[in-house]
Amino acid sequence: MQEQIKYDYLTNYPIDEVGVEERVARLNSRSIKKESKIQALKLALSMIDLTTLEGKDSPGKVIQLCRKALQPHSELPGLPSVAAVCVYPTMVPVAKKELEASDVKVASVSTAFPAGMVKLSAKLEDTRFAIEQGADEIDMVISRGEFLKGNYNFVFDEIAAVKDACGDVHLKVILETGELGTLENVRKASFLAIHAGADFIKTSTGKISPAATQPVTLVMLEAIRDHYLETGKMIGMKPAGGIRKAKQAIQYLVLVKETLGAAWLTPEWFRFGASSLTNDLLMQIVKQESGIYQCTDYFSND
Amino acid sequence: MMSDFSNTTQQNEDQVNGSEKPTSPNSGLRLDFSSFWEYSDAPESKDHVEIRDRYEHFIGGTFTEPVKGRYMKSYNPADEEVIAEFAEGTSGDVDSAVKAARKAFGKWSKIQPKERGKYIYRLARMIQERSREFAVIESIDGGKPIRESRDVDVPLAAAHFFYYAGWADKLEYAFPGRKAEPLGVCGQIIPWNFPLLMLAWKIAPALATGNTVVLKPAETTPLTALKFAELCRDAGLPDGVVNIVTGAGQTGSSIVSHPDIDKIAFTGSTAVGKIIQKLLAGTTKKYTLELGGKGPNIIFEDAPLDQAVEGVVNAIFFNQGHVCCAGSRLLVQESVADKFIQKLRDRMETLIVGDPLDKNTDIGAINSKEQYERILKYLEIGRQEGATIYQGNNSLPEKGYFCKPTIFTNVSQSNRIVKEEIFGPVLTIQTFRTPDEAIEKANNTPYGLAGGVWTDKGAKIFKTGAEVRTGVLWSNTYNKFDPASPFGGFKESGLGREGGLHGLYPYVNLKQT
Repeated sequence: MQEQIKYDYLTNYPIDEVGVEERVARLNSRSIKKESKIQALKLALSMIDLTTLEGKDSPGKVIQLCRKALQPHSELPGLPSVAAVCVYPTMVPVAKKELEASDVKVASVSTAFPAGMVKLSAKLEDTRFAIEQGADEIDMVISRGEFLKGNYNFVFDEIAAVKDACGDVHLKVILETGELGTLENVRKASFLAIHAGADFIKTSTGKISPAATQPVTLVMLEAIRDHYLETGKMIGMKPAGGIRKAKQAIQYLVLVKETLGAAWLTPEWFRFGASSLTNDLLMQIVKQESGIYQCTDYFSND
Repeated sequence: MMSDFSNTTQQNEDQVNGSEKPTSPNSGLRLDFSSFWEYSDAPESKDHVEIRDRYEHFIGGTFTEPVKGRYMKSYNPADEEVIAEFAEGTSGDVDSAVKAARKAFGKWSKIQPKERGKYIYRLARMIQERSREFAVIESIDGGKPIRESRDVDVPLAAAHFFYYAGWADKLEYAFPGRKAEPLGVCGQIIPWNFPLLMLAWKIAPALATGNTVVLKPAETTPLTALKFAELCRDAGLPDGVVNIVTGAGQTGSSIVSHPDIDKIAFTGSTAVGKIIQKLLAGTTKKYTLELGGKGPNIIFEDAPLDQAVEGVVNAIFFNQGHVCCAGSRLLVQESVADKFIQKLRDRMETLIVGDPLDKNTDIGAINSKEQYERILKYLEIGRQEGATIYQGNNSLPEKGYFCKPTIFTNVSQSNRIVKEEIFGPVLTIQTFRTPDEAIEKANNTPYGLAGGVWTDKGAKIFKTGAEVRTGVLWSNTYNKFDPASPFGGFKESGLGREGGLHGLYPYVNLKQT
């Protein structure tokens, strides 16, 4: 078997944007009904990284979010809890205490989220602090300016250094695809992050518009697939920001199912970075079980 | 009935090659697309659809019993059940249809062009209004997935009527300085792969230019044409402008040989096209022929590979491969061939083969028993020729004519499966080293209907486009249709163009004034 093209971040890998959009449109035409819908709604709920990342976050707000994470809707006791709660480093101890007895993970953003415009030592300090506070997962940002300049080695080294600081703690690398401009850059950044040590790749901070989109997610899933088929190593995926409706979440799951297959359809390998999505999923689950849509006031806003 | 060749050949070959590293397509790493979360059935409802038990010819504005009283049956290829009976047309039926069309021609050719346009617009709107009904019948009668009949066939058919309705009162701009006169009565014979869409391609330009028509749908898929007849009646289209005569080859032959027909438009196989050409030699009848193909789809190493995989799926698995312009010959550059084929195989695993009426079905039923057997014959020929067959692990329904998406590698230009049109979900894959070799292979066929080219370089697209001898060449996409775009073949793929301004020419005599 002769060697053929290798996938890496230094080789250009052409991507046709129109073609990607057509593929997404075709996947969106999948009709998910009955049992498969209920299964998808519950699965999506279990994959949520329930997120609050605001300057005004306080322990009170974070505690409220953690309670929601543990028990999304008390009227339906059989529901899964969400995958994780995602907060700023200073809020990690609060969340950790609330979630201690559960499987719900605490994820912390770090590396001077969301812009990342500080020197590497500060990013590493930020990361070590979050881990000391008890974070199970670290969501870092890449230096988009350096990436767009073509300074790939700089970005690579930063990610590798953060990964080193993380040790066994799960590292999610945020590409901030809304700032990368082209799908080819998204592909390149995905491979760069994967090769530098990312456990997960993540679309967005949620602070830049557009945040997660399906075309971007598809390109990242395809990068994960190609890397898996080349090395046998699985990488996780997290679209974040802009996913508010259950219908969108199901469309994302279809993307995962038909690009990566069943192995990735678990919170271990796929997450949604979202907050308002939770209530829409709950509303649809209640609708599926009872046959009626309930008023939004029946669902807690957290 | 199943066509289930196992892929053991390929697996054995993998073991022989035995790559140590888990980094090649032979690594044995597999993605699991089938377990854990399966889509529930999502069938399109049939409740709103009305199909009569028996249909007669539509002649002179009324449904008319066949002269000899003989009927044929139309089957649902997905369950092999009879859907309805329809009249078998004889020369007597054709003759009365031609008489009705001739009678209607006098008035229809002389009414205000704007009025003619109004009727055609009305037909277009009514197709849209009844689109769900047309889509469901198309899927039941022909086996194509509802996703395609709903999103492609029916909307495109309506779009063709809209497009040519617009030309009806603007012919002086289509042919400046010349007067476009209608020909008279047009005999039109259409195939079973896109029944309603081919009807639209034929009838819309004929009516817009002031002709009247006698149309024969294929014997395996007559129902949407007969539904369209009902629609002509409901639209108040003057009697005799559109006549539908059903039947098989003999009926078609009566149309071709009828002395009072001025033009023949035929879409179908090259073999039948040649017979028609012989029959028409020496007569004054005009004709257009849209025949077979063996479309080359060229993937260069700098192509967007993941999107090209999707393009190949659209090129060969669209409508079960029953597409005359299908990209049935894949030519892929050697440097990316293995990766590309691996990606294509993975994509094939996610194609859902099954009930045409299920909204999630990607590949429906093979149109008829005859065609199904023909495809199976070619699969056998391919194996005998020493090609390596690969089929996905797609599950097939117990009943009906279903065929798994199939690719043949290890084939060459001299193989029958590479040379002959299979008209099924069967792709042959060849490799090439240089652009010249790709173009040479692409052109090394008696056909020349359509092809595709995939590359990131604009210049390469234009160079390939200039050298590949096909009527249509898509770049970085495949099987895209638009009523404004002319369609037709080079070489043995046909004569004349349909669609666009070019599609008006075959229906007019031009007079210098």
